[in-house]
Amino acid sequence: MYALREALAAFRRAPVLTGLSSAMVGAALFVLGLFGLATYNLHLALSAIEERVEIVVYLKDDARQSEIDQAEKDLGGMEEVAGVHYISKREALAKAKAELPEFADLFAAAEVNPLPQSLEVELRPDSRNRDVVERISQRAGAYPFVEDVRYGREWVDKLFTLRRVGAVTTAVLGGAFLLVAALIIGTALRIALFARREEIHVMRLVGAKNGFIRRPFLLEGAMAGLLGGLLAWGFTYATYRVVYAYLFAVAWIPGGWIFAGLLGGGLFGALASGLAIRRHLRDL
Amino acid sequence: MIKLTNVSREYPRRGYALRDISFHVKKGEFAFLTGHSGSGKSTTLRLIHMVDRPTAGEVRVSGYSSELLSSREVWKVRRRVGYVFQDFRLLPNRTAMENVAFVLEVTGTPRKEIVPRAQRLLSQVGLAPKAGAMVNELSGGEQQRVAIARALANDPFVLLADEPTGNLDDRATRGVMDLFWEINARGMAVLMATHDLELVRRHARSRVLELDNGCLVYDSQQEA
Repeated sequence: MYALREALAAFRRAPVLTGLSSAMVGAALFVLGLFGLATYNLHLALSAIEERVEIVVYLKDDARQSEIDQAEKDLGGMEEVAGVHYISKREALAKAKAELPEFADLFAAAEVNPLPQSLEVELRPDSRNRDVVERISQRAGAYPFVEDVRYGREWVDKLFTLRRVGAVTTAVLGGAFLLVAALIIGTALRIALFARREEIHVMRLVGAKNGFIRRPFLLEGAMAGLLGGLLAWGFTYATYRVVYAYLFAVAWIPGGWIFAGLLGGGLFGALASGLAIRRHLRDL
Repeated sequence: MIKLTNVSREYPRRGYALRDISFHVKKGEFAFLTGHSGSGKSTTLRLIHMVDRPTAGEVRVSGYSSELLSSREVWKVRRRVGYVFQDFRLLPNRTAMENVAFVLEVTGTPRKEIVPRAQRLLSQVGLAPKAGAMVNELSGGEQQRVAIARALANDPFVLLADEPTGNLDDRATRGVMDLFWEINARGMAVLMATHDLELVRRHARSRVLELDNGCLVYDSQQEA
């Protein structure tokens, strides 16, 4: 109770200083928020492209239906596979006519349907990676009645390279932003603590227990962190609205990320305060 | 009460601040700790208050030994020993009453007892009428009285005072010294560090411990 009262009193007694601490925390978390927004949208874009990763198994014209059914069953039974769809020669021609109207005359003039029958293998979302694609392609290619297996190797390679670059960039840049945010928040709270060093000194002098001295500062740090988190949320949302309205359509970050950001801000504030006060308590 | 046995304090750069000193302050005693600046007076008080620890020897305060007491338990000694500084060390943005009440609050006094006890303490030092004044509006002597009231808040058995009259004029000095005598007369021991020999001479009946260059060179009690 005392801790909460003192933490609130600190906000009242030095509103400019605590406001500045919160603003600094908010600015640091805002940068993280923007980074989160960009990362999340990049992730969405890559996921949308990944959804198009599909393996097409072209079959020889003389493949027997029983062999095709068995292959469909085998491939469909693999845990990475979401579904296998058989496309007959006729369906392939209809699809080609619909998707490539500029070649309609060519298709009409052909006496024989030149397109092969095929199996389209759809992968589960978490299995759309190069290793799985290659493994399934090799397995499908091993059937004697298979003419060819296509999955756009170069395109898939580029996609997964992009995904890897994205992951490394996120980790490195995110880590750097987090470190900078940590330093800024730590400094802001240390300044706030420095302003109250006399109080801490008196408390130590008269025999207040360490835990008792620490608690209001931990709460104050958590409150500054939380307030900073709310500010960052507001700024990030405003930026998102502006980008959405004037530049291009972007998705808003998920609620879980925001909650984690706010919680992280609060915890980080408490931690930074705790570390800063530790030094004060050790010195006296 | 307070017992120093063969206490030394050596600092890595400065060397010895105290060298093999021993003395015993008994219950209800009034003792001056004198010596030039840098003779080790403040270091001695810091060791008794367990702000610092000796590099050799033992400091015992109210049964707590410097050799055994962990830094987490230092509060136990601090609540038994009041401390008054030359520069008062009051919280500047609070009233006299709030400064005293703050100590009671942070040492766990029940809320409803805080204000009456703080008022009583301020009355004891003659400052009841100025309880609501901000401390920076008070004179030096009045600020030192608030500091003394604060030091008495935990009902200690001894008051340590580090040059408590160093920033005061003659009149304020007399008032503050009278207050220390009153407190001592009620049974509380007082150990006062001062380099003001005139002040010591004015209170000739009290015990005098003299430090020189970190060594205890004179103890009026042993002389007697």
